[in-house]
Amino acid sequence: MFDVDPWTLLTIVALGAITVITRGFFFLSSKPWTLPRWAQRGLQYAPIAALSAVVVPEIVMTQGQLITTWQDARLFAAAAGGLWFFWRRGVLGTIVAGMAVYLPLHVGLGW
Amino acid sequence: MFFLPKHRRRAEFWEGVRDQGTVGLGIAAWGLMTGVAMVKSGLSVAEALLMTLIVYAGSAQLAAVPMISAGAPMWVILAAAFCVNLRFVVFSAHLRPYLMHLSRWQRLATGYVTGDLSYVFFARRYPHPGSTAAETAGQQAYLAGNCAVNYLAWMAASLVGVLLANAIPTAWGLGFAGILALLGVLSSLASSRLRIVSAGVAGAAAVAAWALPLRLNILVAIASAVAICLVLEKMPPGDPSAGARHV
Repeated sequence: MFDVDPWTLLTIVALGAITVITRGFFFLSSKPWTLPRWAQRGLQYAPIAALSAVVVPEIVMTQGQLITTWQDARLFAAAAGGLWFFWRRGVLGTIVAGMAVYLPLHVGLGW
Repeated sequence: MFFLPKHRRRAEFWEGVRDQGTVGLGIAAWGLMTGVAMVKSGLSVAEALLMTLIVYAGSAQLAAVPMISAGAPMWVILAAAFCVNLRFVVFSAHLRPYLMHLSRWQRLATGYVTGDLSYVFFARRYPHPGSTAAETAGQQAYLAGNCAVNYLAWMAASLVGVLLANAIPTAWGLGFAGILALLGVLSSLASSRLRIVSAGVAGAAAVAAWALPLRLNILVAIASAVAICLVLEKMPPGDPSAGARHV
């Protein structure tokens, strides 16, 4: 369990380089350069789009298929979390309220 | 870079620590399950520890581990990780004007530790790059505070997850706490009607384009949401079809 395959180690180091290259992609060059105006305006919509693109499939899909049942703990947990946020505006509370609904349904009822 | 004392002396650093602290629990739960998943998908404990410490990119790690176990060619694994990380390329374009006063090494180190939520919180807090040296330093400190909490919560939980991989049942689904954290941050960004449109379009597009390889559906979703919002933004106010114009 503590063995390290050299090829896997090389892959891991290369993956670390991929992290640096992607997170710093536009920091690599020091030449003066600015984004075009339309792209700067568009970027104010990018963060929420990125989050939604990650979150929504995780809530409404299973194994690459849209779920066809309402008996899914994730739907109720997301609804509870969302309601909490619009009531109290806290991310921590969103997590706690969501998990308080999720765990009993998921572990208890198997949804 | 959050280990520099000059950041910790500024109030903005601690403001960043408090803001990121609100999602620390979700990040930790997600890190824990990533640690568990790496070992369960076939890495040795030592390999999973190295991957946690070196790669520091959860979704890329989760994409790469099954490919490593299956003996996929290295270039395919690296290409997949690059595509999963493409959203960071978009983020780096946004952050460039905020960081260009730093040296290249400092910029790359800052980029390396800036995960999704640190970027999102930073972009929300500072819509424009600082124009004076004091403003820029404050912005750097705020980003550093966010990154410190993100890094420590993720690393600690992930290392614990690797070591306890065989004691925590994946069936509990604790990783869903990470999704709830993202949902909370998403809600906090929904500050204008067009941003709500952006979230709706991106969510629907990500589901519709799910079949694309290498999680390219995320990129398709971001591109279509931004494009639709830019078109809606341009609609004249008197136009009856401009119900969702910028507010």
